[in-house]
Amino acid sequence: MRSVRSFRFRPRELPSGNMKLLTHNLLSSHVRGVGTRGFPLRLQATEVRINPVEFNPDFVARMIPKVEWAALVQAADTLNLAEVPKEPTEGYEHDETFLRKMHHVLLEVDVLEGTLQCPESGRLFPISRGIPNMLLNDEETET
Amino acid sequence: MIDIQTKMTERALELLCLPEGQPSFLLDIGCGSGLSGDYISEEGHYWVGIDISPAMLDAALDRDTEGDLLLGDMGQGIPFRPGSFDGCISISAVQWLCNANKKSDVPARRLYCFFSSLYSALVHGARAVLQLYPENSEQLELITTQATRAGFTGGVVVDFPNSAKAKKFYLCLFSGPSTSLPKGLTESQDADQATELTFTSERAPHKKARRDLVKKSREWVLEKKERRRRQGKEVRPDTQYTGRKRKPRF
Repeated sequence: MRSVRSFRFRPRELPSGNMKLLTHNLLSSHVRGVGTRGFPLRLQATEVRINPVEFNPDFVARMIPKVEWAALVQAADTLNLAEVPKEPTEGYEHDETFLRKMHHVLLEVDVLEGTLQCPESGRLFPISRGIPNMLLNDEETET
Repeated sequence: MIDIQTKMTERALELLCLPEGQPSFLLDIGCGSGLSGDYISEEGHYWVGIDISPAMLDAALDRDTEGDLLLGDMGQGIPFRPGSFDGCISISAVQWLCNANKKSDVPARRLYCFFSSLYSALVHGARAVLQLYPENSEQLELITTQATRAGFTGGVVVDFPNSAKAKKFYLCLFSGPSTSLPKGLTESQDADQATELTFTSERAPHKKARRDLVKKSREWVLEKKERRRRQGKEVRPDTQYTGRKRKPRF
């Protein structure tokens, strides 16, 4: 009887996407009945990567008004990030130092593996290879 | 295949009428392997994509797209805070909401859930341009009804309405005050071409002419000769003898 040997080649590094902190700051749980209490999703990360992105001050300045600062500061804290502004400075649109810091925090920190937890229902959304899995099962959907 | 997707993305972005010279933050629904997303990035915008297929998202990872990807079902709602996005596009995805994949799925409810959560996730006054392939006029009406219920105004822009191959539907939705709908593209330069959706189930207009005729009657013979002339075949001219009763030995 010949034994069959199977060879499995695992690439050293699987290509992965990214979940930026900007995205995390906008994501909200859509579990049935949760509504506005589904924000912010509690972030837990087991694998994080810093990914340089071209600095676009226009874009960063336009995103600042959308940022929920408490949630951002909390998420940055969880990831042990340093130098995170706690709020927008006055005249931030022209403050390059501020914009560069925000650019780094919002767009260059990638969460590759971890979980997002709905604060109201406790439901966990896993993040795998930088992609959060937001699929709900039947009981959890609004429909 | 790739080229069509890119062309449709280009057209969708055009219809989105984003402010010029300014990077916007967009949502790409049914982003698939990121073909549309790549075009958005090339235009200098940033985006987040949602798709229900892990396989397609895997392909997007291989292509190293710039936008963030989410695994999600649009019919379950768009899981974002109000006012997150400056605009939304979708290429060839929204018609899937009309399929009931599970017994518990009710297309109208999924459509409403999708549109109402999309409405909320958009900045007030932002647009959504959704390219889709509606199966028939009933399906398109179902979709537009739910979009209207969710608070959107807008309409359907039809490009190349006279070409079976090139015809494309773009559902243009506005979340703020109504603006005029852009004109659909046509082959000719006529400005009078209708962009209103005229959906008929008319496929064989000539069939109706044949239905009421008794076979072998004079009218039937005349109609058949006319049909063959339309087909470009050689037909004897109609005379007073056409379709006359022949002797039984015929």
